[in-house]
Amino acid sequence: MLLIRRFEERCVELYSAAKIRGFVHLYIGEEAVAVGVGQSLREEDAVVSTYREHGHALARGVPTQAVMAEMFGKATGCSRGRGGSMHLFDAGRRFYGGNAIVAGGLPLAAGLALADRMRGTERVTCCFFGDGAYAEGEFHETANLAALWQLPLLLVCENNLYAMGTSLAREHAQTNLAMRAASYGMPAWTVDGMDVLAVEAAARRAAESVRAGGGPHFLEARTYRFRAHSMYDPDRYRNKDEIAQWKTRDPLDGLEGILRTAGAVDDGVIKRLEEDVTTEIDTAVRAAEAAPYEPVTDLLRFVTSTPGSA
Amino acid sequence: MNARRPAEGAETPRSTYREALREGLREALRGDERVFLMGEDVGRYGGCFGVSLGLLEEFGPDRIRDTPLSESAFVGAGIGAALGGLRPVVEIMTVNFSLLALDQVLNNAATLLHMSGGQLNVPVVIRMTTGAGRQLGAQHSHSLEGWYAHIPGIRVLTPATVDDARHMLAAALDDPDPVVLFEHGSLYNEEGALDTAIRSVSLDSAAVRRAGTDVSVITYGGSLPKALAAAEELAGDGIDAEVVDLRSLRPLDDATVTESVARTHRAVIVDEGWRSGSISGEISARITEQSFYDLDAPVQRVCSQEVPIPYARQLEEAALPQPASIVAAVRQAVA
Repeated sequence: MLLIRRFEERCVELYSAAKIRGFVHLYIGEEAVAVGVGQSLREEDAVVSTYREHGHALARGVPTQAVMAEMFGKATGCSRGRGGSMHLFDAGRRFYGGNAIVAGGLPLAAGLALADRMRGTERVTCCFFGDGAYAEGEFHETANLAALWQLPLLLVCENNLYAMGTSLAREHAQTNLAMRAASYGMPAWTVDGMDVLAVEAAARRAAESVRAGGGPHFLEARTYRFRAHSMYDPDRYRNKDEIAQWKTRDPLDGLEGILRTAGAVDDGVIKRLEEDVTTEIDTAVRAAEAAPYEPVTDLLRFVTSTPGSA
Repeated sequence: MNARRPAEGAETPRSTYREALREGLREALRGDERVFLMGEDVGRYGGCFGVSLGLLEEFGPDRIRDTPLSESAFVGAGIGAALGGLRPVVEIMTVNFSLLALDQVLNNAATLLHMSGGQLNVPVVIRMTTGAGRQLGAQHSHSLEGWYAHIPGIRVLTPATVDDARHMLAAALDDPDPVVLFEHGSLYNEEGALDTAIRSVSLDSAAVRRAGTDVSVITYGGSLPKALAAAEELAGDGIDAEVVDLRSLRPLDDATVTESVARTHRAVIVDEGWRSGSISGEISARITEQSFYDLDAPVQRVCSQEVPIPYARQLEEAALPQPASIVAAVRQAVA
């Protein structure tokens, strides 16, 4: 969680310095969801994510250097500079992006789960999406299909209360998302998305049930983004008191408090963790700065597997 | 495959376009356990146009998979299953319905390989019916394959003969990238001689279906029989038309078109899509770019009228390219 937080804080600085461009959607405040869910998954499982996916990628183990280099648009980036912030991929870690069409990753995730089901594996596909995606037809089509075919799919709805600038109550006639998901015939429950231990416990329970053949499960993580929707967003639609109130529930502070009470960490450990994370990010930034760009002569590479075939 | 010539001694049994498609599917399903078919009513119903009739009984419900009416979900699931190592064949009832899945085709299937820096191949085949001529009205009759041909990252196929209906699927499944295959609705009952000497077809080349010297009639899909009928009529008047079947709208085989125009010096393009912003416009532009000095006359186009395809027979017929309108365009080109 600390790595994700500090990574994104550095991204803000690098964006201001014009080292990073494009749309950048920060996950700050929501880290407990990616980390808690990530802990419940196995190496052989698959993850499909959204455009707010730095946290999902890092929690999945995509190397910090590869993610940072992608932010810089460099050849060493995890998408070789063709994706950017919204399109991080790592096939080896079964991290399938990085989808910037809201809800567009959901059918894809159902297909990955279908392939696993047809091949008789015990793998789980985890799909992250937001409360905004929940209003899209693709969510509802996928929920129905996954329940109908009993696919090994873990649907994780990161409900941060805003679809860009539109609040939950202004986009959903019925705001109880888990209840509606349950109507598709799948187990569905809600968890405090600011509490990483609670998220992990809930996700583990869901993932293991999916793995055991229990069909798709729906998990709503109630969370909040501390920053604006993207670097372009002046955040006119949220009340400052509301933001301040959610910040008192910072998932990093929450975990730190629990660990301190348990005697698992002290000031020295925290300091070392901060130093380690800083070093890792510094190294990633230096490597990204030094890395080459993809040559423009390779512009058309990867449009098709065989050049000129389509 | 270019001009089709039956090998000596080869049998030439008759087959409908529909049966040929079904045999292609059957062969693919038998040959590779990763292949499966999914779509609306492909199983118990036998396929909305009867293409998959009998396959459920042979291959079972896991591999002949009926889906809910959720084009976006099942096309996306096909893309995901392809990422997961399978070789899905996804059937969409008509191209008009495919618009509900266009997000998945464009933003995922066509894009993932490049956007991921070459990591994610999407070997999915998406089949759908296209075209008019059956009095099905404006929401079941359009020809939007030209739209799909606009998209880099997918291959767009338009089988027009029973041999292509029989063999294009296998070649499409061999492609590591997404393929969209358009079956013209008016061709399903067309019967032709199936050349048993053909074991496979190339997807990269157009085919000269009728050799000629006076004009190149360039077409694809459901317009091919109309173009051939027009050529026969013109032959009676001493005009020898060459008919080129594009077979693939993306990539386009420029070489075959260019060579044909170099011989005939005249070109007429027949396309069931609307004229404005169409694949016929693209082909015309390429002829101008590549064959300008070979041309003895302006390129002619025969396209659908710019109208939603109407129901009533006489209106529908008037909206579409017909042998008579092709004949008229050719006469203008050779005048």
